[in-house]
Amino acid sequence: MSDTFDRVATIIADVADIPREKITPESHAIDDLGIDSLAFLDIAFEIDKTFGIKLPLEQWTQEVNEGKVPAEQYFVLKNLCERIDGLVAEKAAKV
Amino acid sequence: MRLEYFDMIDRVVSLDRAAGRIEALATVPMASPVFEGHFPGHPLVPGVLLTETMAQASGYLLLARASFSHMPFLMGVDKARFRSFVGPGAVLEVEASLEHDGSGYAVTKAAIRAEGKPLCNAELRFKTMPFPDGLDAPMRERAARIGLLDGAAA
Repeated sequence: MSDTFDRVATIIADVADIPREKITPESHAIDDLGIDSLAFLDIAFEIDKTFGIKLPLEQWTQEVNEGKVPAEQYFVLKNLCERIDGLVAEKAAKV
Repeated sequence: MRLEYFDMIDRVVSLDRAAGRIEALATVPMASPVFEGHFPGHPLVPGVLLTETMAQASGYLLLARASFSHMPFLMGVDKARFRSFVGPGAVLEVEASLEHDGSGYAVTKAAIRAEGKPLCNAELRFKTMPFPDGLDAPMRERAARIGLLDGAAA
């Protein structure tokens, strides 16, 4: 998780031009870091490439819009990193 | 090409949905109101319209891959380079390949050549979303007109 967080934080810092020290596991990507939807897709692309996964953004957006899942579950970085770890493990299990 | 209508692709030459690759042709018209301003007495296709041409080729590739379930909208242009002037009558060979197929977005690399010579290239990003009301049919009609799915390899 901490390795995942470090890599994700570095991606966010580079793509969204946010000082690395401002980014913590508790940061909410939108509310705390002010990342807009365009920048978030750029970040998703870098995450997809870096981890060899496909973040299911459409599914997540739908779940949040339908009120099934609070946005924090995806946008607070420690939660996002947990999901990335899950997707990486899922992919490894398939190989 | 009908520059002033943003109708850039004339004909799809090849489409490989599985490999994520498309090739198309576009002939620059001999006359267009665009050339009255760009530039007076010295007609050149503006770089933004070459970018649009690369974006439309990429867009048709994404439409075909998604079987018209989602509409791509251009949201980012990276590393765009315009290497040579393009004037009236030029036959443009447009190609685009899928770089990454994300969830709700896609990234392509596209290029245009004329007589085999590189004219421009760029990396393009698209947001892909369910078709807005009323856009599905016109896009299918346009795709049919340029032969998008004729002879698709996969």
